Amino acid sequence: MSKAPSLATDTRLPPRAGLGLKTEHFREVLQTRPDLGFFEVHAENYMVAGGPFHHFLGRIREQYPLSLHGVGLSIGGEGPLDNAHLQRLAALIERYQPQSFSEHLAWSSHGPMFLNDLLPLAYDETTLKRVCEHIDQVQSSLKCTLLLENPATYLAFEDSTLDEPDFISEVIRRTGCGLLLDVNNVYVSCINHCRDPLAYLDALPLHATGEIHLAGFAEDADSLGERLLIDDHGAPIDNEVWRLYRTVLARTGPVATLIERDNRIPTLGVLLAEAAQADQLLNTAGGRP
Amino acid sequence: MSRYSEFAAALLDPHKACPQGLTCATGADPESRFAVYRNNVLSSLINALADNYPVVAQLVGEDFFRAMAGMYVQSAAPRSPVMSDYGADFAGFIEHFEPAANVPYLADVARLERLQVQAWHAADARPMDAHQVMQVLSSPASHDHLRVGLHPSLHLLQSPFAVVAIWAAHQQAPVVPFDPFSPQYALVLRNDLEVEVFAISPGTHDFIQDLLQGVSLSTAIDASTGRDSDLELEHTLAQLISHRAIIHLLPEQVLP
Repeated sequence: MSKAPSLATDTRLPPRAGLGLKTEHFREVLQTRPDLGFFEVHAENYMVAGGPFHHFLGRIREQYPLSLHGVGLSIGGEGPLDNAHLQRLAALIERYQPQSFSEHLAWSSHGPMFLNDLLPLAYDETTLKRVCEHIDQVQSSLKCTLLLENPATYLAFEDSTLDEPDFISEVIRRTGCGLLLDVNNVYVSCINHCRDPLAYLDALPLHATGEIHLAGFAEDADSLGERLLIDDHGAPIDNEVWRLYRTVLARTGPVATLIERDNRIPTLGVLLAEAAQADQLLNTAGGRP
Repeated sequence: MSRYSEFAAALLDPHKACPQGLTCATGADPESRFAVYRNNVLSSLINALADNYPVVAQLVGEDFFRAMAGMYVQSAAPRSPVMSDYGADFAGFIEHFEPAANVPYLADVARLERLQVQAWHAADARPMDAHQVMQVLSSPASHDHLRVGLHPSLHLLQSPFAVVAIWAAHQQAPVVPFDPFSPQYALVLRNDLEVEVFAISPGTHDFIQDLLQGVSLSTAIDASTGRDSDLELEHTLAQLISHRAIIHLLPEQVLP
């Protein structure tokens, strides 16, 4: 009989800055052992039998706390969750004993298709019920508290009946899951949907924040020439996002914070400098209120 | 059709209209916002293929590759969130992709690159100690009835084109002149953490093929002799040992 997976017993990520682990940096991380709070990996990249990915993650996990971040579970999907995928997640959790497991408020699969993007949901009672059922299923089968990430979106559904932060609050209330507060996503979505980021934050259950993400965005314009921000994880963190992050920390106290970079990946040194900047803010953030 | 079915279908088909029922607070045309999702999906999947097929991309140029990969993506969206599996049949698509017909070896180069991705992620297996292998192989008592266990990353490819030379010409090593239209046999494996690619002789290919299919060492050697093959047995075994490809030597199971 196989043992049920469970998150590491030191169950929280330390309230420090961490980095997404990039294959480009595997060797340098082991050689230089940078002073970081944790590493985060995309779970799906490690759903392979063997080879360098597991070799390096195994060694890096011996030195650092780990956050396992899923991008493929399609929690908002119309259909049932993919059980094979849940089993693959359980196997990774068993193997690497991460301090945290997180996923997105989005859908990415439909029928047999996987679309490899985080797609938007209609915020209504039907979706709310389905998302809560899926999160209940994830938490009971993985035996852990999921952190749910707020999305970056570019459009909305006309028949949505709930605001996004209200929807998220209700999911967290009903399922007991935590919040992965992506501050860049807050900023991107608020600009794209003409909302006030501070009001958006006010409406979120920030007390449930288990991790924060910071990233850079790309900028485009829509058909009216209005700012259209794209969450591409391909640039340094914007000053406005840093500013919003300071506001968040004043409300949450220090929370584990990931510097997220998935495209146009710079040297490890550049990312460590951003992590140091986050650490500085975390140090002055005081205790959790 | 549910709202997500319509959304998903329109993502993959740029000729389909933007789905109904979408809105945008700026009052902009939802089409211009939907385009972001469409672009994210297509470009992320094309990028996934470009990462796994770098030499194919170099052979046809970036623009051609992205157009070809885009058509593949539209015809074969992923079936799993495990993206390392995506594009396993890209070579089959390329083979029938008419605009690439004037690069006849393109599909086989894709097959060779696919084997490298597979080798990179293949299961781990501890290679047998070289001295131990030599000891077993040099013991006349056991030699005849051995099955040779090869590393799970090891795969072969047979091509009517000089597929290894073409691939190697796009690596950093200096290019040795070659005829792309001469047949070549490839062996791909992962040695510790590095994926290695070799051109091997036809006889070596057939011999290792036999071993992969579980034929005993002695039977594989006999078959090779029967084929009047160019196999250089000692050299081949020495190469397999030095590249840490042998993971066990087990006595052939005698059926009751």
